[in-house]
This record gives sequence, C-alpha cells and structure tokens, in this order.
Amino acid sequence: MIPRLDNSAQELLRDLAPTVLGALLRRYRDFSGCEDAVQEALIAAAMQWPTQGLPDNPKGWLITVATRRLTDQIRADTARRLREHLVVSLIPADEQIALAADAAGVNERDETLDLYFMCCHPALSESSQIALTLRAVGGLTTGEIARAFLVPEGTMAQRLTRAKQTIASAGRTFPELTANDRATRLPAVLRALYLIFSEGYTASGGDELCRLDLSNEAIRVARLLSGLLPDRPEVGGLLALMLLTDARRAARAGPNGELIPLDEQIRSRWNRERISEGKRILERALAQGAVGPYQIQAAIAALHDEAPSIEATDWPQIVALYDVLRCHDSSPMVRLSRAIALAMVNGAAAGLAALDELAVDPRLSTHHRLAATRAHLLERAGRHAEAIDQYRRAAQHTTNTPERNYLLLRAAQLSDSLTQPS
Amino acid sequence: MKYMLMMNVPGRGPYQIASWPAADITAHIAFMRDFARKLSTAGELVGAEGLSGPDQAKLVRAGAGGEPITDGVFPESKEFLAGYWIVDVDTPERAYAIAAEASAAPGPGGKALNLAIEVRQVMSGPPTDWTPGA
Repeated sequence: MIPRLDNSAQELLRDLAPTVLGALLRRYRDFSGCEDAVQEALIAAAMQWPTQGLPDNPKGWLITVATRRLTDQIRADTARRLREHLVVSLIPADEQIALAADAAGVNERDETLDLYFMCCHPALSESSQIALTLRAVGGLTTGEIARAFLVPEGTMAQRLTRAKQTIASAGRTFPELTANDRATRLPAVLRALYLIFSEGYTASGGDELCRLDLSNEAIRVARLLSGLLPDRPEVGGLLALMLLTDARRAARAGPNGELIPLDEQIRSRWNRERISEGKRILERALAQGAVGPYQIQAAIAALHDEAPSIEATDWPQIVALYDVLRCHDSSPMVRLSRAIALAMVNGAAAGLAALDELAVDPRLSTHHRLAATRAHLLERAGRHAEAIDQYRRAAQHTTNTPERNYLLLRAAQLSDSLTQPS
Repeated sequence: MKYMLMMNVPGRGPYQIASWPAADITAHIAFMRDFARKLSTAGELVGAEGLSGPDQAKLVRAGAGGEPITDGVFPESKEFLAGYWIVDVDTPERAYAIAAEASAAPGPGGKALNLAIEVRQVMSGPPTDWTPGA
C-alpha cells in the first residue's frame, strides 16, 4: 500500500501549484511544457513526501523538480510519451533545496496572478477557461477534472490541449500581459471561478465518492486570489458570495439528492462558521467602495443566511438590493428573483403582475424558471389548478433531474390535495 | 460485452408521470435511483442518462449548403426514448435480466409498468490478434 499525503499536505501542494507554475513560466514561457513539468513535480511530491517527510522548503523543492523535468523534456522529446511509464525517480536529498533566487520575490505575486489571467484568455471558450483554471491554478489532474464534469478523460485531455494551443497562437500571454489586460480579464477570472462553484453546487449526477468537490475547490482558489488581490472588492465579494451560498449546502438537498427549497430548509443545519466568515469578508469588501454585482449578490445571500425564517427575512431590503443589481446585470434572471422578493413584500398578486411583465422577454417566455416561479406564486395565492399546470409545464422544460422531480412532486401533491380533501 | 438498454415510452398512456399521485412518483424515482446504484455496485453500469421530454425534440438534416434543417415538434402519440443504460455483462441473458428488472419499474398504484426495453449490443473493437485480410 502506497502511503498517501495527508489532507493538509495535499492542500499545501495545490496552494503552491500556481506559484510554481508562474515561476517556471517566467523563465521558460512554454506553457504546455511548464504545465506538464509542474504536474510531474506534484506527482513526485505526492509519492515521495509521505515516506520522506515534507521538505524544509516545499515550494523550492517543487520548482527544482519541475525545472529538472522541463529540461529533461527539452532534451528528449520522447519523455512526454514515456512519462506514464516512468517510475518517478528519487531525488537526492541535497538537491531538494530551493533555488535561492526563486524562494521569494516581489514578482512572485504577479507571476501567480498572471497565471489566472492567462487561463481566462479571451480567445478561450468558458468551458476551456474553467478546465484550464482547474488544471493550472488548481493543480488538478486531467482525470480529476474529467470526473468532476462527468466527461471521458480523453475528451477533457483534448479540451485542455486545444486550449493551450489557442493561447499559444493568440499571443500576448505570459509574461507579456499589460496592466490593461489584467484589468479587463479580472471579470473573466471571477466568472470562471463562479461557474466552477456553481457546477459543484448544483451538480447531481455521478458517483459522489469519486467526484471531486468543485465548490470547495472554487472557494480555495478564490481564497488564493483574494490573498493576491486584497484591494479588489469584487474578489472579496465573490469569495463572500460563495461562502454565504455554500453555508446552506447541507440543508438544500435531502438524503437522495432531492431538492429542498429555501422555505423548507432546516436552518439549524446551515454552516454558521461559513456565514460569519462570508459576512466578515463581505463587510471588508463593501468598505472598500466600488460596489459590484458579486458584492450585491453576497449581500442578498447574507440577508437570507441571517434570517431565522422565510417570513422573518428582510424582504424589502432584498428588493432594494435587486434594484441595485439590475443596474449591473440586466439578465432576466435578476428580474425574476426580484419578482419573488416583491411577492414576499406586497403579496403574490404583485409578484404575478411583475412576472407578466417579464414574460414578454423572449429569453424567458419559455424558460422553466418563469413557469416554476409563477407556479409557486399561484400556489401561495390559492389558485391551485393553475399552479399545478405551471409546475408541470416547468417540469417539462427543465433539464435538471432533481429539479424536474421536485416540480413533478410539487404538482402531484397539490393535485392529490385537490382530489382527496383531508 | 456491452449492451444498450433503451427505455421507450409511449407518448400517451401509463407513462404520463406528471399525472401520477405524489406517492407513485416518489416510488418510481426511488426505484430508478436504486436500480442504477445496484448496477453500479455490481460493476455492470457503464453509463445511464435520462433524456428531457420530446416536446422540444427536433429532427435535423443537412441542407444543400450543410446548414441544419430542423423538423419538429412531433405528435404526442409517437413513442419516444426516455432514457438509456449501457451495461457491461458476461452474457446476453444477464442483459435481458437487467432489462426485465427495468421494465418492472413501478407506475401508478405501484403496479409494474411493463415497458418495452429495447436491448441492443454495443459494437466492440477488433480482437487484439486481428489483422486485415487474415
């Protein structure tokens, strides 16, 4: 049995991965080669550290090993093909020391940051940005990323290869990023992290045991980014939003993955530690000025998290926050959420009227969320026959299995209560 | 050997799950979940997917310039594929046994639906000692 790294050492490895890759890229520039070399260094660490103990300078150790792998690759191109068959060689103890020049430095922060920005290169599709971020910044293996998104490993390997080729041919990557590049790409980085988080939060398929926890991974990487950019309030806003949303995770699904809506969740199961951490981070971000959409969404999440019940929630404040959010994000989903909050303040009829206005938007008119929201409001208004109809309509249009099951059951329960009054 | 088990359901009739009582829907969902879990634990499950409803399905053909020409929506009475399993088993009999189990999924009133499950063998690669022309 091969000894395994304990969790804290695994976490350390992943935290160091972007810094190590950034350091290598500054010197060698070949993204694909550097990235392979860092992966091999991570594998070597995972095999050697459990038996030999953590080196005194783990980052220096990784940089040394990765550099050696890279130069080996440059020397012999066949190394790449043979890689899978090579038994990881042992590195003499006297070589496991840091390169002094790379141990620390003013550029390290920028190197690591540029890695985030490169992964979210505007020439890449969102799915490629996500995969590359998980691989390069998160230090995950291709197999782990493939399993997390339930696609075959070969497919994910191709996606990563094509992404790297796109970056190489698009130019202006590492280390030629300008200050302007960094400023314009930050939203793409935040969006990629948010999508990784959402995938983990809403995913239902697959075998839980072998599925990597993408939500935790997104939070971990957002924490790293927040450490690198402490003065950007939207980075803090995103981290806060993730923590404040993730806090409800244990309560939002039943034992078999069935969906539990906010008003039926057992609030004592919400993670208080995450809530207070999220609120602390949000307060600091808000104090920096420059309010953005992630901070506003985090503020809404915080209001839900603080409320002892659905009725005791500060709905007028939530409506006000959605009004502010609309100035940043004109998507119909924001207006839909606002209509729900409005119904909590002014009654179901007011919410339904707001939905009627929304229904003219072609992006939303056949969307299952509109039907599902209308169904809930109709049910609250006591218009049960219409509510059943809308629940079934929503169930027909959703492509998410737990959501479809939830909507079907909701319709059936209402229908049961109509036919057999108790 | 691998088999694809396709669950075809009629557009009308007993598989109109939306009109079932809540308890029957719950039982059906639980059955499907346990069924997949059992196949997975036995090491027989390769993959399984449920498909969204047929009301938005389209038939697509290439036009003269290769552009997609879509056709749909289909009449409700048509049979449609609701989902499939791919299993890896030692014998065709085992695949049939699994299909029979799926066919017995509970419907309204807990009664077995007895849906027709189409069983098709999945094509495999050539044997390792195969040489062209030999």
